[in-house]
Amino acid sequence: MSVIYILLSISILVAIIFFIAFIVAVRSGQFDDSYTPSVRMLFEDELVKEKPKTTNKTNKTN
Amino acid sequence: MENNTCFHCGDDCGHHPIEFQDKHFCCNGCKTVFEIFNENDLTCYYDLENSPGAVPKEIEGKYDFLIQENIIEKLTEFRDETIEIATLYIPHIHCSSCIWILENLNKLNPNITDSQVNFGKKTVRVTYKHDTTNLKSVVLLLSSIGYEPYISLDDFNSGKKQINRALIYKLGVAGFGFGNIMFLSFPEYFEVNEFWLDQYKFFFRWLMFALSLPIVFYSAQDYFISALKGLRAKILNIDVPIALGITVLFVRSTIEISLNIGSGFFDSLAGLIFFLLTGKFFQQKTYEFLSFERDYKSYFPIAVTKIDKEGHEDTIQVYDIEKGDRILIRNEELIPIDGILINGKAKIDYSFVTGESQTVTKQSGDKLFAGGKQTNGVIEMEALKSVEQSYLTQLWSNDVFNKNKEEGFTNITNTISKYFTISILTISLIATVFWLFVDSSKAMNVFTAVLIIACPCAIALSAPFTFGNMLRIFGKQKFYVKNASVIEKLAQINTVIFDKTGTITSNKQSNAEYDGELLSEAENLVLKNSLRGSNHPLSRTLYSILKENNIITLDAFEEHIGKGIEVKHDALNMKIGSSSFVGNPNKSAILNTTVHVSTNNVYKGKFTFYNSYRKGVSKLFNKLKKHYDLVILSGDNEGERENLTKLLPAKTKLIFNQKPEDKLDFIKYHQTEGAKVLMIGDGLNDAGALAQSDVGIALSEDVNVFSPACDAILDASKFKQLFSFISASKSAIKIIKWSFVLSFFYNTIGLYFAITGQLEPVVAAILMPLSSISIVIFTTIATNILGKRLE
Repeated sequence: MSVIYILLSISILVAIIFFIAFIVAVRSGQFDDSYTPSVRMLFEDELVKEKPKTTNKTNKTN
Repeated sequence: MENNTCFHCGDDCGHHPIEFQDKHFCCNGCKTVFEIFNENDLTCYYDLENSPGAVPKEIEGKYDFLIQENIIEKLTEFRDETIEIATLYIPHIHCSSCIWILENLNKLNPNITDSQVNFGKKTVRVTYKHDTTNLKSVVLLLSSIGYEPYISLDDFNSGKKQINRALIYKLGVAGFGFGNIMFLSFPEYFEVNEFWLDQYKFFFRWLMFALSLPIVFYSAQDYFISALKGLRAKILNIDVPIALGITVLFVRSTIEISLNIGSGFFDSLAGLIFFLLTGKFFQQKTYEFLSFERDYKSYFPIAVTKIDKEGHEDTIQVYDIEKGDRILIRNEELIPIDGILINGKAKIDYSFVTGESQTVTKQSGDKLFAGGKQTNGVIEMEALKSVEQSYLTQLWSNDVFNKNKEEGFTNITNTISKYFTISILTISLIATVFWLFVDSSKAMNVFTAVLIIACPCAIALSAPFTFGNMLRIFGKQKFYVKNASVIEKLAQINTVIFDKTGTITSNKQSNAEYDGELLSEAENLVLKNSLRGSNHPLSRTLYSILKENNIITLDAFEEHIGKGIEVKHDALNMKIGSSSFVGNPNKSAILNTTVHVSTNNVYKGKFTFYNSYRKGVSKLFNKLKKHYDLVILSGDNEGERENLTKLLPAKTKLIFNQKPEDKLDFIKYHQTEGAKVLMIGDGLNDAGALAQSDVGIALSEDVNVFSPACDAILDASKFKQLFSFISASKSAIKIIKWSFVLSFFYNTIGLYFAITGQLEPVVAAILMPLSSISIVIFTTIATNILGKRLE
């Protein structure tokens, strides 16, 4: 069996994997909202900074 | 930072700001929100944007209906033993601070497990444990921090919405196949008769065949369906030659590779479908935060408070209201049915219905119409009809609302495709007959080649790319158009009809003119100061119009609701208010709104209010009059006729006292006479006219809040540019016609190869994408130039 069959099937397989990833992404709604995630991404730092404070606060109120 | 603006909402704090932690607040509401955030370590909210907040509104009792099982059932998208998920529409979402605070709701209420914002749709999807908290407390929490959700009768009916993603899947499949087929077909183009390639070409070809199957049978299925539908209706739409081209491409390529004649046209086939679908996708510009399909249900509440015979208050669903029920309407609540006022001072704002923002005062026993908003405390009313039978809502039982406007409209592409299809078929038949006599072996080849090369990919792409880009350009200019065909219809308009109130008049300011005995300086002073103390909308308006005066203290001030005010200062005893209240001796039948003044029981004169027209109305009408018939269709009385005739060009028709149905019938009548009508309106009373007209544009002061069902929404600030928008639509049609010319040019080149029997797959593979791409480039550049001119 020639190597070309193997190479071709690998290339098609890789393409199919990406294709499936695309379908899964569309299904999960990743393309429904293209703006909010771009903003949400920038919040991550502040959330980490705030965590110790929040625990302090809950102690106080309790 | 400006010291006098509210730290929370950015409004002017006035002379006496509320101070808290060295920060200024305009009202207690804003301060409370800040306190909530401060206590929960959420002040980061203010770091992201300056003054992002909104003043929380008084909502006591407003959301009591949210504890009813059947209403919760309708509003939540998921619920089980412990968890409920609800998506709430919040109009105030406008910046990154909003996203941040709403996604940190769990810090304010630990029973909320997750909240996710969709900024485009202005919604937040909240997941919460409903055994420890409930929908009502989530909504109350949101309202208390200034993010009051908008819950309307529409949410009750619509249920769970499904998003249609079919086009993205089809585009994905086509793109996947197109890319792979391109790779597989390249070797044969460049390395003709190479040994290894010869060895494996069958494998390559059948692989391409396999990849093309999902493209033809899945991605392209809409074209076959549409072509069949068109043929059945005896219309040669653009999808007929496309479907024909796809079929011929696929069949001929399959035969070629089966009989080992050639490599087939699979790459052209995949490319064609991919480009066509891209065009379709591009044309779908949607404004997620706008809705073009709203009817009265989007504005009506889900439930109201009913008072039963024993005086118990009970929330019932709006659809369950029966004739004779006693209903409680709180401040800022909408009246959902026609009825009679029983108790309380009604001050009704009918701006949803008519566009007129001046409130109307009603007394016990007066009739109240559905659609008005109470603005002055609690009232009680008795229902006269059920919801669907009310004066306003009855309009929606008219047939126009069930009609699809797209039906019966032949777009520019389909108009041309009729001639195109016929000429292509003629050319292919003539060429085939010719070759049958000259070289019959080539006849079938030529016949299919003509159909393949003439496949109107470029033509089919012209309109979607032009209109798609125009939609985006208009959107940037705050003119939000529903879809591509609206632009096309806008270009064909020959009659423009305007609503008056709220459309050509601005509901922000009005003008007043004094008529009568000249007031002395002292009288003026007292007048101004007494108006200052009154909260009546007319007093507020008049106060802002009159010139600045010193502030004096009045000796006595008494406000008679529904009549006027009586004040005393030194020797002056002044009455301001309705004609009968001040004792106007000459009763006249004047239709305009007036405020009368008398001093020491001597009648002085009256202030007459005139609508203030939007800036640029006169200029706009003068531009429009050269090309269009102009009509003003007003629901109001004739009080403004004189002013309008002065302001507008002479040939403008002025028609007054039009009920919503009259407006609709007026348009219908003119359409039967061949008029293509553009209707511009704003209130729910224009909804019928907007639906009946060829193009209905809703003018809106705030696009997020209100607009009836229509074809396009125009921001009020851009009203004077209306003429430019119409001319831009006309230019867009011209661009499409030029790109048709361009694609005919490509078709002629292709036809030369096809008719002479020299169509190699590589020629098709170059010519087809080349024509498509150059059309896309041409239309994009041309529309962008057009957009520049608009700015």
